Amino acid sequence: MMRLYADSSKCSGCRACLVACSLNLFQENNPKKAALVIEAHFPAPGNYKVRVCTQCGACAEVCPTGAIKLNDRGAYYVDMAECNLCEACVPECPESVMFVRTELADTSWKCDLCGDCVNVCGTGVLWIAETEAAVA
Amino acid sequence: MNGYGGQILRVNLSNGQITKEPTSPEMAREFVGGRGFGLYFLLKEVPPKVDPLGPQNKLIISSGPFSGLMIPGAGKCDWTTKAPLTGGYASASMGGHFTAEMKYAGLDSIILEGISPKPVYLLIDDNKIELRDASHLWGKGSMVVEKTLKDQYGEEFQVAAIGPAGENCVSFAHINHDYGRQAGRGGVGAVMGSKKVKAIVVRGTKSIPVADLEAYRKAGMELFKACKEAEMLKEWSSYGTTIVVSWCDEVGALPTRNFSAGSFEDGKNLYGPVMRQKIVITDKGCFGCPSPCGKYSRVQRYNTYVEGPEYETIGMIGSNLGLSSIEDVAHANYLCDEWGIDTISAGGVIAWAMECYEKGIFTKADTDGLELKFGNADAVFKLIEKIAKKEGIGALLADGVKRAAQKVGKGSEKWAIHVKGMEQSAYATHNATAMLLAYMTCDVGAHHNRAWAITYDLQVGRERVAPEKVARVIWLQHFRPMFDVLGGCRLQWVELGIDRNLYLPALEAITGIHRTWEDLELVGERLWNLARLYWMREIDGFDRSWDLPAPRFYEEPPTSGATKGQITRFEDVQKLLDLYYEQRGWSSQGHPTPQTIERLGLQSFVN
Repeated sequence: MMRLYADSSKCSGCRACLVACSLNLFQENNPKKAALVIEAHFPAPGNYKVRVCTQCGACAEVCPTGAIKLNDRGAYYVDMAECNLCEACVPECPESVMFVRTELADTSWKCDLCGDCVNVCGTGVLWIAETEAAVA
Repeated sequence: MNGYGGQILRVNLSNGQITKEPTSPEMAREFVGGRGFGLYFLLKEVPPKVDPLGPQNKLIISSGPFSGLMIPGAGKCDWTTKAPLTGGYASASMGGHFTAEMKYAGLDSIILEGISPKPVYLLIDDNKIELRDASHLWGKGSMVVEKTLKDQYGEEFQVAAIGPAGENCVSFAHINHDYGRQAGRGGVGAVMGSKKVKAIVVRGTKSIPVADLEAYRKAGMELFKACKEAEMLKEWSSYGTTIVVSWCDEVGALPTRNFSAGSFEDGKNLYGPVMRQKIVITDKGCFGCPSPCGKYSRVQRYNTYVEGPEYETIGMIGSNLGLSSIEDVAHANYLCDEWGIDTISAGGVIAWAMECYEKGIFTKADTDGLELKFGNADAVFKLIEKIAKKEGIGALLADGVKRAAQKVGKGSEKWAIHVKGMEQSAYATHNATAMLLAYMTCDVGAHHNRAWAITYDLQVGRERVAPEKVARVIWLQHFRPMFDVLGGCRLQWVELGIDRNLYLPALEAITGIHRTWEDLELVGERLWNLARLYWMREIDGFDRSWDLPAPRFYEEPPTSGATKGQITRFEDVQKLLDLYYEQRGWSSQGHPTPQTIERLGLQSFVN
């Protein structure tokens, strides 16, 4: 199984990945509707932390409607038509990258491994690899 | 409206009234966005000859069609106002994430009008827009305020704040954002302070509409791909603008001891790789930037964190003040950011004061006891605070180098390094005629970002005075500022060398309007002429004498360094202007002729 990896030490906080993500998931320019998170820790210690989906499947396991399914990339995605916004998935996510924000969308969302974030990242923070591959 | 937030926010601070109006499609078509919107509103709405710090001046904050979109470097925000520093036009460009957030809140411009009776900050949370009491923030440093407000509202909110210098209306006070990105030049922070606005806090959760989503995604991805494949990406991203410190030192462009030379004997201590190794901890990018020039540093000696120093600060606070330790320069940078003053102007005015001290015009009685010699870092630290507080000699320097020199006299005007009252940024121009002309004619005063021509000088013969050199400066003055109009960053084009034509399909897909670079450069030319008309409107007797550089560059050849003995002759300075005016269609006094105004369709801006 493939997943997204992030090396936070290379992140410069530009958030291009978030816009690319929202364009893929929602066809919208709106980084608030992205499926990865950039935390900025400033002024001290002065670094960024990137949180990404590990495709662990914990969200899918608890989803009562079966809305979280595997796509042809082998990644869990939200079938938006079947999500009932129960939010059962949100607390299960160990990386806090399972989202329900009803003020923004009438569905939950998560990373579907489209790879657009990797394509726009100029500093090599993000890559896609087999889940077994250990992060250096 | 495709590519735009769609609304202009107007905040009248005098009576607290907050209103929105739709962004005019005609304005968007003609002025595009960013700096274009700023200049449009400045000319149309701010009456002639108002006090820059009075209630009739306005502070206009604008995004552009690229802002907040999947375009490399789409994080540039324009701050336009009547400049307290110069009395003319100010348009300061700020990076970071503020402008993207404005767009997500549906705003193309924010116009601050009037003066608040008490300190406030402006809170924009999508459609909830309020003025809130800022008495607990007044007097605090700009980054302390940012941290306080981010802790209160959350990471999704972006903050732009002034420091004490802005509150005290220091004429080169800046506006700070994202812990180290500034709207730096011209005193925009003083205007915000005069209006008693300590900060603007913004969050938007709306989506920005575009004309053709798939075409835009494709064009955006092409731009990112070009950046990522650029040969210079790795080196540029490692050093950012500090990449040019060594080059400037070698060719005699690094301002040294108040621009008395262009090479610094201790320059090596300030070079990019030294800084990277000694103090840089994180690369920091503006919104959507694949090639982050921001270098975030920790200075252990002083236990401070600062974004930078970048090239301009290294030049102006480092070599220009004779400081040879990158830690000292970084700490001074931090102090400027927190207190809220522009590092370029600060370096210019402090260097002038140091020269006054070394020449015996100032004694310790004038400097509040400070040993104001070049190289005295401790004196620089103290002076930054004094300027921000307008305390002692700081009150004199807070007016900027032109007015300070006029007050002090005794020949000190000769070494006040400015054009139109704006301290010259960090390129020594004793023998670099295109760069000299760029400074002389820049629309805000002696600033480099409109036309960065110094490498071109070296390419084609630095002392040459020729029509094609002048034409190059004019082209740069139209082309480069278009990035400030579009709400993007020019550095992917300048430094990574990506094909500028890649931007055009993106712009068309975003706005639905087909434009060529020739179309955009015409917008640039119109803006350049409008800015000129603004200076003429604001300053009685505005003529070619306002375009002259500091005498140092035509009277005092450096006695050391790469440009030792080199100078631009005064007759060549005049010839540069003659050629420039002729090519622009301006009179011999530097005024756009009626024919030029008509050719550019600017009649409605002239009485």
